[in-house]
Amino acid sequence: MEELIQQLFNGVFLGSIYALLALGYTMVYGIIGLINFAHGDVYMIGAFIGFFLITNLHLNFWVTLILTMGMCALVGMLIEFLAYRPLRHHGAPKITSLITAIGVSFLLENGMSFLFGGDSRSFPQAIKLVNFKIGFIHITNIQLLILIVSIALMVLLQFVVQKTKMGRAMRAVSVDQEAANIVGIKVDQTISFTFAIGSALAGAAGVLIGLYYNSLDPLMGMAPGIKSFIAAVFGGIGSIPGAAIGGWLIGLIETLTFTLGISSWKDAVVYAVLIVVLLVRPNGIFGKKAGEKV
Amino acid sequence: MSFFEVNNLNVSYGAIKAVKGISFQVNQGEIVSLIGANGAGKTTTLHTISGLLHPNEGTIQFAGQDITKSSPSQIVTNGISQVPEGRHVFSGLSVMENLQMGAFLRHDHDSLQADYEKVFSHFPVLKERKNQDAATLSGGEQQMLAMGRALMAHPKLLLLDEPSMGLAPLFIKEIFEIIQQIQSEGTTILLIEQNARKALSIADRGYVLETGKITMTGRGRDLLNDSAIKKAYLGG
Ligand SMILES: Nc1ncnc2c1ncn2[C@@H]1O[C@H](COP(=O)(O)OP(=O)(O)OP(=O)(O)O)[C@@H](O)[C@H]1O
Ligand SMILES: [Mg+2]
Repeated sequence: MEELIQQLFNGVFLGSIYALLALGYTMVYGIIGLINFAHGDVYMIGAFIGFFLITNLHLNFWVTLILTMGMCALVGMLIEFLAYRPLRHHGAPKITSLITAIGVSFLLENGMSFLFGGDSRSFPQAIKLVNFKIGFIHITNIQLLILIVSIALMVLLQFVVQKTKMGRAMRAVSVDQEAANIVGIKVDQTISFTFAIGSALAGAAGVLIGLYYNSLDPLMGMAPGIKSFIAAVFGGIGSIPGAAIGGWLIGLIETLTFTLGISSWKDAVVYAVLIVVLLVRPNGIFGKKAGEKV
Repeated sequence: MSFFEVNNLNVSYGAIKAVKGISFQVNQGEIVSLIGANGAGKTTTLHTISGLLHPNEGTIQFAGQDITKSSPSQIVTNGISQVPEGRHVFSGLSVMENLQMGAFLRHDHDSLQADYEKVFSHFPVLKERKNQDAATLSGGEQQMLAMGRALMAHPKLLLLDEPSMGLAPLFIKEIFEIIQQIQSEGTTILLIEQNARKALSIADRGYVLETGKITMTGRGRDLLNDSAIKKAYLGG
């Protein structure tokens, strides 16, 4: 029982990372209907940026986090500008953009391997690890940091999307690009902004995971990328609260498989639960009914 | 030069020529109707004016400025707003948020409140439904919201694309009365309609568009009494 509760806590911490990543998938899908397969690689780039800022420039954790988010935002905007925007302007079919996204993903993974080598590096301890014990539960300060930073970023995101002018523009472009153009919203700029936000969150996730697992390598974005994409589907792709809940759900499922001693089955369990969820709610937990989106 | 002027406009979708060299003017303060059957090129013309489509040839001038190559947002800033065919309200956004989207490019925040009130005075139902998701409004209410949204940009020229489409006669009457009120408050109007009788009866002038070409023009009431138009558009 104690073990189970401990694992539930671990699941929440890990799930926060998936949630941060899932938000980027779901926002980009919501606005241009593209599954941005390169998103997991932006997270990897975030981990690398964090690594260099801490190791070479000796910046502290918070400055590193903020700078990394800013740089990843630029990376995301650049990817959108160079790879996806030209296709969109030429009215290319969805499948073309999807294949381009896979291409961008490979380019980032192989490019980073080429530049920095494929070996795993150890992430510097920017924050000294402290262990707590609350009752029988072991928690580290890094885990708490992950949880708090993630929740703070999600609250901030929700605020931006619901309450700011740019957030309203994002929602308007998501539901109706033509009408958005008609009222004078700069659609390209809004899409670019969406990539920036999603990528900044991925960058934050990259730094946090570096700190948590102490390691990074050019392929580290692949598995979390796919899992957080699944998290977005779980929650209902296009839904921001859905992505957050989906992320935590996947974190929980994964850690629970450890408790049950079937951790080698963890991916199978994740997919099994996904299939069951989608059978019951074909559009995910918070997904809109098909056809509701005009 | 007129307040608003389209000269020799040609617009294509790939190989399909939808608008073939049309020219027309709108003077300040007028209601001008552009009538025509399905596929005549009416929406294409409006989308080109709004900068959503780019002409192969021709110019569009507004208030002494060439706006042919302006972007949609520049065109809204210049003072041209569109109420699109099929309403296109933002579903998932509340009625109030839809109106806010109409004022997206405005910076004169102090005068916004008065404009919301003005929109609500034209369309009291929107005030009642302020916090409701726009998708839950009826067709007529959505038309009103689309009009309110366009008015929130404070346009000098309002483009309306088939505002009566799919509405019950009572709603149509109300919408046309409001269009006249908007004109009387000083907004110039370019009205596109298939409902030729209604459109011509409130129009100062009208143009008939047939498969991408303007075939007839005149004062609204003259066109209403024209035998060829009666036959083709007014059911005999
Ligand atoms: N996106 C498009 N791609 C190709 N052809 C198009 C497209 N949109 C319109 N057309 C064609 O251009 C012509 C003019 O269309 P348009 O929508 O401007 O007509 P309309 O006068 O607004 O008709 P309606 O009264 O039915 O709205 C039609 O022949 C139509 O098939
Ligand atoms: Mg039309």
